[in-house]
Amino acid sequence: MSIEIRDVTKTFGSFTALDDVSVAIRPGSLTALLGPSGGGKSTLLRIIAGLETADSGVVTIDGADATRLPPQKRGVGFVFQHYAAFPHMSVARNVAFGLEIRKRPREEVRARVDELLRLVHLEQFGDRMPSQLSGGQRQRMALARALAVEPSVLLLDEPFGALDAKVRKELRDWLRRLHDEVHVTTVFVTHDQEEALEVADEIVVISQGRVEQTGSPDALYDRPANPFVMSFLGPVTQLGGRLVRPHDIEVLGIEVRDAVAGVVADIQRVGNEARVRVGVGGAPPVAVVLTRAELRALGARVGDTVWLRLAAGAATLPVDDAAVAPSGPTLPAVAGGEGGRALAGASSPRG
Amino acid sequence: MARRGPVVLRAVVIAYLVLLVAWPVSLVFTGAFANGLAPVLDTFRDPLVLNALRLTAIAAGWAVVLNTVFGVGVALLLVRRTFPGRRLLAALVDLPLAVSPVVVGLAIALVYGARSGWLGVPLANVGLDIIYSTPGIVLATTFIALPLVIREIIPVLEEVGTEQEQAARSLGAGPWTTFRRITLPAIRWGLVYGVVLCLARAVGEFGAVKVVSGNLIGRTQTATLTVEELYMNFDREGAFAVAATLASVSIIAIAIVGLLRARTERRTS
Repeated sequence: MSIEIRDVTKTFGSFTALDDVSVAIRPGSLTALLGPSGGGKSTLLRIIAGLETADSGVVTIDGADATRLPPQKRGVGFVFQHYAAFPHMSVARNVAFGLEIRKRPREEVRARVDELLRLVHLEQFGDRMPSQLSGGQRQRMALARALAVEPSVLLLDEPFGALDAKVRKELRDWLRRLHDEVHVTTVFVTHDQEEALEVADEIVVISQGRVEQTGSPDALYDRPANPFVMSFLGPVTQLGGRLVRPHDIEVLGIEVRDAVAGVVADIQRVGNEARVRVGVGGAPPVAVVLTRAELRALGARVGDTVWLRLAAGAATLPVDDAAVAPSGPTLPAVAGGEGGRALAGASSPRG
Repeated sequence: MARRGPVVLRAVVIAYLVLLVAWPVSLVFTGAFANGLAPVLDTFRDPLVLNALRLTAIAAGWAVVLNTVFGVGVALLLVRRTFPGRRLLAALVDLPLAVSPVVVGLAIALVYGARSGWLGVPLANVGLDIIYSTPGIVLATTFIALPLVIREIIPVLEEVGTEQEQAARSLGAGPWTTFRRITLPAIRWGLVYGVVLCLARAVGEFGAVKVVSGNLIGRTQTATLTVEELYMNFDREGAFAVAATLASVSIIAIAIVGLLRARTERRTS
């Protein structure tokens, strides 16, 4: 089912969480609301669910105005970061909750619960209490519980945020596969750009209560609308007054046309990656990422002169945009001349 | 040597508690049976005493019911809603613990007195007496025990948070179903704890009840007032017998609370 959010504004006291936001979500898609913490993405999700009410604007679910509907009438399934398991009920009763509320026949409830527990690989755990499950199992239970009522829309608020890295990775893959099976329109909130790029069909980047850009993962990565989106989706550096990704820069040992000369200031090897900082006169040092093999072929050492140029088809943006600096997690560090640190921290930007 | 400090400390604490609590309370029980079982049985055959015990049970019962219903409501309001004056209301809830029961009794008499009370005069005109009557005793007892249920539930509500309730709402449960199936089970031990404390406090109330009841023997005299009356009239066995009954209720209540606490601690550890 499609979701349409039109001109939604929400304030908490003097803080503006959402500022005239409009988003359209395609039926059957798996959409990520991505952005730094406190940017308004969770508030938007909660407004879709009816757990918060918008100060102004309209929420339409499947063509019907849902702006004033209470949460229990919206047909949405909601999954919380901290699971929100009902601790006094067994796993099976948790999953059955929505069906029991709807007074479905007992046999039907049991069959549906069994089916869902199989779907989330918890068929052995129906009689356990939630406190006897691991975090990942609890979140799968919460998912089964939300899916039990056959919601038209599934909403997940930082669903993997409380889990450790390995379980998070597993559940991500699993959510992707689940969505391919179940096809329910799904919206999830995350501040992890890797998670969004990996799982979602569609990403909505939200920061400071505004939508920065909407599009497919490829579109956002290859054609970022502004420096904020570019820096939030991955590490960035500056070359010749333009923002560019560090792996989109070629390092050459000989001078060629349009290349910028610089001196290698620092080389850091992490696994197969070589992170090189090149000092160029009068500008902040340029951060470049090479593979180990490329660095070996280049043969450059600290103090050597090298020439830098953009790789063909590299995405670039003009750097002089004031909109970047306040919340861009990587850019301030680059602009401050600490390209190396920015690179090291850039793989998981958190606001 | 290292063990001596704790041993001394323990002895001091035990001596303190025995001298102040255990010994005097145990004397109430031994005093009741000082001359055998017969005087005690006589006391409980006295219709005035039975009447007083009945009145105490009625007042305590109403106080528990009213404080449970309103206590849950007020606690939900204080924890789950923000509104202007919320902190003032929270402070007001603690007032009955801070103010002397005699003052509470006087305040209630001022408002509900049949001669000149603001609310008392109109109520008396429609034939409803509050002061010197059972409603006044219920009112005073309820007032005194008001914070106990609320104060037990509030921390539990705060700890549980709102996510479970929100999850229930998103799964299709209305407000009442959510309360009954999610909120109530979450706060149940805190609620039982508060009810037991409320009961113990209500059964033992003396000062406020003395002011509002008028202490009319056989009509508005509660069990605590009877104890005083019997004691003043040198009926020591009678006074001790009724006192022992009241003490038993409190001791049983405390035992229940102790068991519940042990249970919840086991559950959370």
